[in-house]
Amino acid sequence: MIEIKELKKSFGSLEVLKGINLMIPKGQSTGIVGPNGAGKTTLIKTILGLVKPDSGSIQVNETVLNGNWQYRRNIGYMPQVARYPENMRVHELLEFIKGLRNQPAQYETELIEQLHLGPELQKELRTLSGGNRQKVGATLAMMFNPDILFFDEPTAGLDPKSSQKFKERVQTEKENGKTIIITSHIMSELEQLVDHVIFILDGNVRYYGSTKNLLAESNEERLEGAIASMMEMA
Amino acid sequence: MNSLLLHIAKNEWKSLLRGKWVVGYGLIFLLLTDSLLRFGGGGPEALLSLSNVMLLFIPLVGMIYGILYIYQSREFIELLLTQPIDRKVLFWGLFVGISTPLMLAFVIGSLLPLGWHGILIKGAAASAMVLGLGAVLTLIFVSLGFLFGLTFYDDRIKGFGFTIVVWLFLAILYDGLVLMLVFMFGHYPLERFVIAVSMLNPIDLARIMVMLEFDVSALMGYTGAVFNRFFGSNMGIIIASAMLTLWLAMPAWIGLRVFKKKDF
Repeated sequence: MIEIKELKKSFGSLEVLKGINLMIPKGQSTGIVGPNGAGKTTLIKTILGLVKPDSGSIQVNETVLNGNWQYRRNIGYMPQVARYPENMRVHELLEFIKGLRNQPAQYETELIEQLHLGPELQKELRTLSGGNRQKVGATLAMMFNPDILFFDEPTAGLDPKSSQKFKERVQTEKENGKTIIITSHIMSELEQLVDHVIFILDGNVRYYGSTKNLLAESNEERLEGAIASMMEMA
Repeated sequence: MNSLLLHIAKNEWKSLLRGKWVVGYGLIFLLLTDSLLRFGGGGPEALLSLSNVMLLFIPLVGMIYGILYIYQSREFIELLLTQPIDRKVLFWGLFVGISTPLMLAFVIGSLLPLGWHGILIKGAAASAMVLGLGAVLTLIFVSLGFLFGLTFYDDRIKGFGFTIVVWLFLAILYDGLVLMLVFMFGHYPLERFVIAVSMLNPIDLARIMVMLEFDVSALMGYTGAVFNRFFGSNMGIIIASAMLTLWLAMPAWIGLRVFKKKDF
């Protein structure tokens, strides 16, 4: 469960979040959409504690965020740009994060197999292609079996096959009752993965509801059309 | 908490050793010290030459190294911050992981030639002081580099520019500027002022300590001479090292504050 109240954040004179209110219940899969620079990544980073809000409150499960870190034991995050220390090997990175989190990596082998990372494990991270780095990011996000999963543009660098595998995996997580939050510009992908949409524009939540309702309200067949018409109206 | 700190530091050590250039940095000091001792008569004067190089070189390398680490590891630091870990532990883990190899490279690189030329036994106190000062300066300037990297997080050119200017100012211009001030206001009693001013520069403090230890007032520079006259050798060394300790704590502490509050 994630509850956000009147969340505001400015960078200098630029107001990025202008009073966000959100309540994301446990087990819901939610897509965050909006034009570039609308504040999607800042919102996620604020929930993760990377960005400190100016005002407002965030509650993750039972914890109200105030610079604490324990609540992140229940969170997995896959970043948009995955860059790691260059001369580290993939398996060393996995070991390192395991040591850091000190939690059982339940799904490590499963994910490595599913995303076909086996042949990459002994390679140095700098020699990995962008897509394979994304897979490492996905493995790091999901291997500790956290309750809440954040994916920031997850399939941007993945080939179709890996993208398919990744989506299947997210589906499984969804069926296991995980809270999933995805930002993406690929609407067809969101259509497959999420059942709720948050549309953010200029630091405000313009729409928050189920994808079904959105399609019904906007008289569109596809999410792409619905979102596009919302962007145009704005 | 401490085991986590060590876990982070160890990871940095591993990746630095693999990068090899820290080893190269140590080798430079090894070759330098060895040739200074070989061709400089082999006496403790070689230590003086070594400390001159060290006073110039270590602050620059330390700062560049610290700031470069922050710039190169942005995404990695951000990834680590999304893990369940305290920012404080992460900061100290990275700092210890980054600064200690550089420090050890200098200490070991200089220690070995001092050992096989016998200076370590002949001039034990002086050797210990030069090595210790180099180690402390490394820590101070890596933490300054960290601090500048965090402050100018999004503007690398500014960050590097600032670093170079700070180095030029502290390592090269400082004593000259002090001298100029003294020259201009020579009619006033300036001793206390000069002492206060030299406390503000860690490189100056280290230089003064070396000079006081070797008792070479001719080479002391203006601030050193005043220091010597005001405090005498022993008291001067004690006061200067107290100030250096403060310098050791301040940039790291400010860096930690910035790191804890920062938006990544």
